[in-house]
Amino acid sequence: MTEEFKSNGHCETVSVDDEPTAGVVGSKDMTAELCALAPIGMLAELTHRCPLQCGYCSNPIELERVNNELTTEEWCSVMRQAGEMGILQVHLSGGEPTARKDLEDIVSAATEAGLYSNLITAAVTLKRDRLEDLVKRGLDHVQISFQDVDAENAERIGAYPGATQKKLDVARWVVEMGLPLTVNAPIHRQNIHNVGRYIDLALKLGAQRLEIAHVQYYGWAFLNRAALIPTYEQTIQSIDLVENARERLKGVLTIDMVVPDYYAKRPKPCMGGWGKGFMNITPAGKVLPCHAAESIPELHFDNVRDRTLLDIWMNSDAFNAFRGTDWMKEPCRSCAFKEIDFGGCRCQAMAMTADPRNTDPACALSPYHGEMVALAKTEAAKPATAFVYRNPRNAADAMKTEQEPLVPAE
Amino acid sequence: MTGATTSPGRLIVAGETRPKLPPYLKLRHDAGRGRWVLLAPERVLTPDQTAVAVLQLCDGKRTVEEIAAKLAEEYSAPVDVITADVLDLLQGLADKGYVKA
Repeated sequence: MTEEFKSNGHCETVSVDDEPTAGVVGSKDMTAELCALAPIGMLAELTHRCPLQCGYCSNPIELERVNNELTTEEWCSVMRQAGEMGILQVHLSGGEPTARKDLEDIVSAATEAGLYSNLITAAVTLKRDRLEDLVKRGLDHVQISFQDVDAENAERIGAYPGATQKKLDVARWVVEMGLPLTVNAPIHRQNIHNVGRYIDLALKLGAQRLEIAHVQYYGWAFLNRAALIPTYEQTIQSIDLVENARERLKGVLTIDMVVPDYYAKRPKPCMGGWGKGFMNITPAGKVLPCHAAESIPELHFDNVRDRTLLDIWMNSDAFNAFRGTDWMKEPCRSCAFKEIDFGGCRCQAMAMTADPRNTDPACALSPYHGEMVALAKTEAAKPATAFVYRNPRNAADAMKTEQEPLVPAE
Repeated sequence: MTGATTSPGRLIVAGETRPKLPPYLKLRHDAGRGRWVLLAPERVLTPDQTAVAVLQLCDGKRTVEEIAAKLAEEYSAPVDVITADVLDLLQGLADKGYVKA
């Protein structure tokens, strides 16, 4: 999420994840200006298979099995429906999207549907001729994750020896082929000292954009929080560094920053509001308001195998559950900021307070806020714990353990 | 336009600059919402009619002065006002990496 909004009187810019749309309120009238109500961006998690095992993966703990994945034709249909309903950009992600042998067909379908396509890849298994083919089919943008600038540490974090050189090769090809490159830098206590060198790396590679993405603590990252969360001081330093670099590199490199919210006073407007501007398709075709939404057990998610994308967006229970502000409890309900931050993140409220209708504990007005900050400070002050790597075996183990919610202060 | 920073590689748009859109920017008509959009990595820009008119003339051949003159004629507006507006628009976009020369 970025704060960037306006550039000039003649041209507004919004980041794809959080454009406020016309404000869908679950209308049953399917004929009423549907496209104006559609989200701008769609995240297509093509598969949960991945050669890396990063302990902060944004996938849910329960990874989807290969034989449950949507077929080629089902994904192509999703792309067509997305274009028809007015979605503008699609992020082809995973897991590792190139693990799908039919990625080429899916990219072609996205192009034919008029979607601006972003490939979000770890890039360790992508070959040059395959990338060339994807570009020919209309791929618009490639984002490559770098687990650290230092190869040894990066390959320990991702549990993939030799990853760095492969990523550097793919990054070079992307630029040679004339595509815009984004360097994605997932930031946490084990690489936060290298934020400045990530900027150098992005410049050296000729990237158009750098994403300094402080890890967000859901799913795997929640499980690994004590291995990941930086101190307050480290966090502030990294933010200052990025803000200075932004000014210095204006017109040369776009730097987007996602900041951690454990040390915040006001919650982030998660996804720009629930069901307002974004949707996520899981490998098995479930349609989610955000990639972590499955962590809210009371929600039922509809599948593109059963209903159309538009119908799900407009009418499904999961999308309407937290749309607007009617669902809110105090202190959100009477808060002046309720239309600005929408009470923060439902998944974080669920994870930390066991009730998704509570105010996000990142908000200073939440009775759980003090406990959340204390937890972050305590964990960050201790030595980092060992990673629980993201793989099916650890997933099975993690699902057996119950998480304890915080206890609010008096 | 701040004008304060002059980082190496930053495009400073002037009258003789020949601006163009980089290939990764797509100017498309968003029929569903009845507007033009510029699609960029992780961004959607919504240029107004004036911006669209300017951007459609940014072909890497015309200079800013020529673009302004053409628009001044088309809209019967004072060329110095149009020039200032065009420079402001293009510098803002150049600083986001969306206009090259």
